Amino acid sequence: MIPRIYIPADSGALALGAEKVAKAIASELAERGIEAKIVRNGSRGAYFLEPMVEVATANGRVAYGPVKPSDVKSLFDSGFLTGGPHKRWLGAPDKIPFLAKQTRLTFARCGVIDPLSLESYKKHGGLNGLKNALELTPAAIVAQVTESGLRGRGGAGFPTGIKWKTVLDTAADRKYIVCNADEGDSGTFADRMIMEGDPFVLIEGMTIAGIATAATKGFVYIRSEYPHAVAMMQKAVEVARKAGVLGASVLGSPYAFDMEIRVGAGAYVCGEETALLDSLEGKRGMVRAKPPLPAHKGLFGKPTVINNVISLASVPVIMDRGAAFYKDFGMGRSRGTIPIQIAGNVRYAGLFEAAFGMTLGEIVDEIGGGTATGRPVKAVQVGGPLGAYFPRALFDTPFDYEAFAAKDGLIGHAGIVVFDDTADMLKQARFAMEFCAIESCGKCTPCRIGSTRGVETIDKLAAGIEPEKNLALVTDLCNTMKFGSLCALGGFTPYPVMSSITHFPDDFKPAPVRVAAE
Amino acid sequence: MTMQPASTEITSRTAAIVQELKGLEGPLLPILHGIQEEFGHVPQDALLVIAEALNISRAEVHGVVTFYHDYRSRPAGRHVLKVCQAESCQSMGSDAIAAKLKQLLGIGFHETTRDGSVTLEPVYCLGLCACSPAAMLDGEVIGRLDGEKLDEIVAEVRS
Repeated sequence: MIPRIYIPADSGALALGAEKVAKAIASELAERGIEAKIVRNGSRGAYFLEPMVEVATANGRVAYGPVKPSDVKSLFDSGFLTGGPHKRWLGAPDKIPFLAKQTRLTFARCGVIDPLSLESYKKHGGLNGLKNALELTPAAIVAQVTESGLRGRGGAGFPTGIKWKTVLDTAADRKYIVCNADEGDSGTFADRMIMEGDPFVLIEGMTIAGIATAATKGFVYIRSEYPHAVAMMQKAVEVARKAGVLGASVLGSPYAFDMEIRVGAGAYVCGEETALLDSLEGKRGMVRAKPPLPAHKGLFGKPTVINNVISLASVPVIMDRGAAFYKDFGMGRSRGTIPIQIAGNVRYAGLFEAAFGMTLGEIVDEIGGGTATGRPVKAVQVGGPLGAYFPRALFDTPFDYEAFAAKDGLIGHAGIVVFDDTADMLKQARFAMEFCAIESCGKCTPCRIGSTRGVETIDKLAAGIEPEKNLALVTDLCNTMKFGSLCALGGFTPYPVMSSITHFPDDFKPAPVRVAAE
Repeated sequence: MTMQPASTEITSRTAAIVQELKGLEGPLLPILHGIQEEFGHVPQDALLVIAEALNISRAEVHGVVTFYHDYRSRPAGRHVLKVCQAESCQSMGSDAIAAKLKQLLGIGFHETTRDGSVTLEPVYCLGLCACSPAAMLDGEVIGRLDGEKLDEIVAEVRS
């Protein structure tokens, strides 16, 4: 048997030098005259171990990491092709604590398979969900997705099944499935990882959505900052088309479904669903007023399902294992699993898929291992640039849509950014306003003007100008933005700002008068 | 100075791109991406060609081009360096990284060095938040930026 070596081509692994490692391994193989197959897989998400190289041995896969190009010679000398001992030896990947503690449903194959091998995808349970769906009526598929309790993983948490039902019940000559892959939130990379590591699961999820709602055309709108994900999805769509998964007859059924990959152009606001639809139509990415809902009048005025990547990628496992299986995970009204992305100043950064319900403290301290700098954790921003900053006092909050809302926060796309005690929360609050000003589409006044006034007012605070008056002004401004903005950009910018003010009031007090050094 | 293609040439090359892509549903963004790839920016002379082919006004095309951060009105340097300035990278010192880069290159954000070698831009998240601070040089991703990697980047763009 020819040895197989897995070297991730995931962007995160590439950013840590995976390409140089791959080249070093290839040239070492050539030099030693060893025949082996190099598979460029996705990442399993343990980025503190990337580039993590795996070899398939008679006793299963053995991982080594983080591998540097300078380790390659000694890896060969230690017989790593048969799992030999080495200082980078990690053993069986699924026994690595960070990975062993996870519940991998949506990300079951990510980092395991060759992303572009449909054979490998099928061998690991791929297409079972679609095959099951083809046996059901559209209404029965929608019922199953509704029953699973799946809620929009993009951040809003709207029940996916209900959205699908609205589209199914709306008669039209043409309907669309739009996948929101404009993952612009800092601290999030789940969409990128799945598109680079298991693109077929997204294609399968969108195809099921199409069959369930009588839509025949899908678009994946990917942000331009993700060139590797774009290239991978384009290749995967080609493979799926050739194999008859996509096309006039999905897997030989009477259903037609095809899809196109579209690339954004660097506007954060296009992650908002209606702005995304305008952008796909070739317009400025301006937020639309609702109603009409996209489910009634969406892309080109036609009924449209618009879902996040992870929502759609979670559908195949639901259709494969059943709604009850999926629903069994989680807590309260948050059912199933959520890929938590642990990022920023944290020791064990990466993607951790788990059932809802873990506390923030468990995620940051136990899984994340505290800060990378070794200093105390000061704040954790959950849910991207529009998410609240949580202090250690709120670390008992369970990861659940409602529990976070009750603490004036949001789980958003489940990104967590850790900050150590050097963070200046006034600066973070100012950045939230500044970012909103840069990215505002400009349609509504609270967002367009409020964000700029917010930056100015926080600057006055920083300069110690009438602090009490200006703090009251920022609070009032946040209130206006929260309730007066058209979409979440202006509406949620107050979350990071107000949480900083509420939980870290010391950072907003005027700086002590410094005695000039003479 | 980089030689600019004559406007008739821009017109004909734009027309070819538009012809190829105008059959798509919602073709404007793909067309603009194609044009930027062809010319390195979206030239003014391309706008009218697009507007006429898509039966929309030149003002509408202008509105779209100027809305999105990606489209350039003039060519960038030979290299484009995007440095992440979003929260995750902030937590790992991206402010200092950006300041060091500006100093080493002698330019600010959205500027190009006088020799045309590199354009420096901020970017708000590259999805590399598990290896912050991060940057992208000509589409190549770089994580865990430190002084050593910055020196390598600067040496590469200067060569």
